[in-house]
Amino acid sequence: MQVNTNVVRVEGLTKFFGSRCAVDKISFAIQQGECVGFLGPNGAGKTTSINMLLGLVQKSGGTMHILDMEVPDEQRSAKHFIGVVPQADSLDPDLSVEENLFTYASYFNIPVRKARKKSEELLEFFALANRRDEIIDHLSGGQRRRLLLARALINEPKLLILDEPTVGLDPQARYLIWERLEILKEQGTTMMLTSHYMEEVERLSDRLLILDHGHIVAQGKPQDLITEFVGIDVFEVEGSKTELDALENSFKECKAKTERVSDKLFAYTLEDCSRLETLLYSSRHWIRRKANLEDLFIKLTGRSLRES
Amino acid sequence: MKNLRFRTVWLRNARVWRKNIMATLVGNLGQPLLFLLAMGYGLGRTIEPIEGLTYLQFLAPGLVASSVMYSAAFETTYGSYTRLSVQKTYEGMLMTPLGITDIALGEIFWGATKGLLSGIIMLAALPLFGVWPSAWTVVLLPILFLSGMFFAASGLIMTSLAANYEFFNYFVSLILTPFFLFSGIFFPLSTIPENVRTVFEFLPLTPVVSLSRMFCYGRFQEPLLLKLIGTILVTVLICYWAAILLKRRLIQ
Repeated sequence: MQVNTNVVRVEGLTKFFGSRCAVDKISFAIQQGECVGFLGPNGAGKTTSINMLLGLVQKSGGTMHILDMEVPDEQRSAKHFIGVVPQADSLDPDLSVEENLFTYASYFNIPVRKARKKSEELLEFFALANRRDEIIDHLSGGQRRRLLLARALINEPKLLILDEPTVGLDPQARYLIWERLEILKEQGTTMMLTSHYMEEVERLSDRLLILDHGHIVAQGKPQDLITEFVGIDVFEVEGSKTELDALENSFKECKAKTERVSDKLFAYTLEDCSRLETLLYSSRHWIRRKANLEDLFIKLTGRSLRES
Repeated sequence: MKNLRFRTVWLRNARVWRKNIMATLVGNLGQPLLFLLAMGYGLGRTIEPIEGLTYLQFLAPGLVASSVMYSAAFETTYGSYTRLSVQKTYEGMLMTPLGITDIALGEIFWGATKGLLSGIIMLAALPLFGVWPSAWTVVLLPILFLSGMFFAASGLIMTSLAANYEFFNYFVSLILTPFFLFSGIFFPLSTIPENVRTVFEFLPLTPVVSLSRMFCYGRFQEPLLLKLIGTILVTVLICYWAAILLKRRLIQ
């Protein structure tokens, strides 16, 4: 097996919807065995980019390669090697659990015997074997998502695209899916993941691409990005304006970046500022914690609400 | 094999249909059979023979053609629109090697298959009314399938343009119903004044109705070949158009 082969290579990819630029000349590559997380607020261009890779949205410019096949020119061949868990549930409600897998396999021209064997394996792997004859409407949210995953794997894809794979699930259901995805990752499955759940991205991604307004605003390993753009520790302090003004100055002396949100002070430290803790004992409320992805996300994409 | 990929779309629909077989058959056949009963058996007693056929005999082949039209068109409007919008079936299919053309052809062939099935069952039911189709009827079957493709493709065009189910009211009231009434099923077009008749002759169900009548009784009239070739050409064109519109609907 070749190492460092690009499974996905995208250069200058652009999409205009009318005059609105949804994706603005983005370039990235995904290597074999890698899981790349795409983070960004609603309307950042994540799903549009995925849909362009799948040929569901026509690109306005740029080039895309999947396993050295140019898409959309060789879309059909490329799709043989892709598995997709879409954001919107597209399971076939007219068919049973097992029939969903068989039917999907037929779209890939997978021979019936092979499809049965693979379905069996996948139902087992995703803990759905005892629901095989169930109709889709009788499945729970978690079961539906697992079936979507099983369906995406029926063609043994070389690239697994996960568009918010656990959206709307309870923690138990989510953990089960994460466990399964981690096993797939260990087996070397290349993944492209979008999500709004920081924990999910943190757990699964080797590398992050942060998108906003159709641009890639940062990319790298999650921890590197956090340290680079946010810092080491975060102090969150509540108090009166004068108290916070004084504290803000002290933190600045310790080379911390500060931010004020209503009656709260956020300080992101770039070096050890433990000595400042004594100043905080009199505050109404304060906490110190590790800087995390959520901080990074807010830092890069701002606090304002995105409603599209 | 590669170019017949659309068969997997057809097979998916067939698999679903097998589960609800009774409901779809009763739904598609109820109306034409009841028309045959009311108009042919009831009204027909008081009507003089037309072109040497009793009114029941005159009516029956046209109703067969109309049952093909309704079954095919309903499948690719209400059925396909449900798959397109509510169930997102096409979206799921587009994440596989299937393309828009495969989906369009699969749906059109499926609609035509359902149309043909309705036609066959109608034909099989005719002896109950004392109408015995000739051996030529076997040749009629591919023609009925072709007509099914035409109406399935028309339905798929409507589906590609529809914003909701209400939209199909236009299709049914303004397109299918006039076809049903003015394609020469209920009265012979030969008695209609020339200028109006020309309009009726160009309705896409009209040649199918007259071909049905010809093959059903083995009594052929010109221009048979012209009607057949015309139907084939128009069907190919409309299938092509349906695929283009479906693509516009699904790919942004």
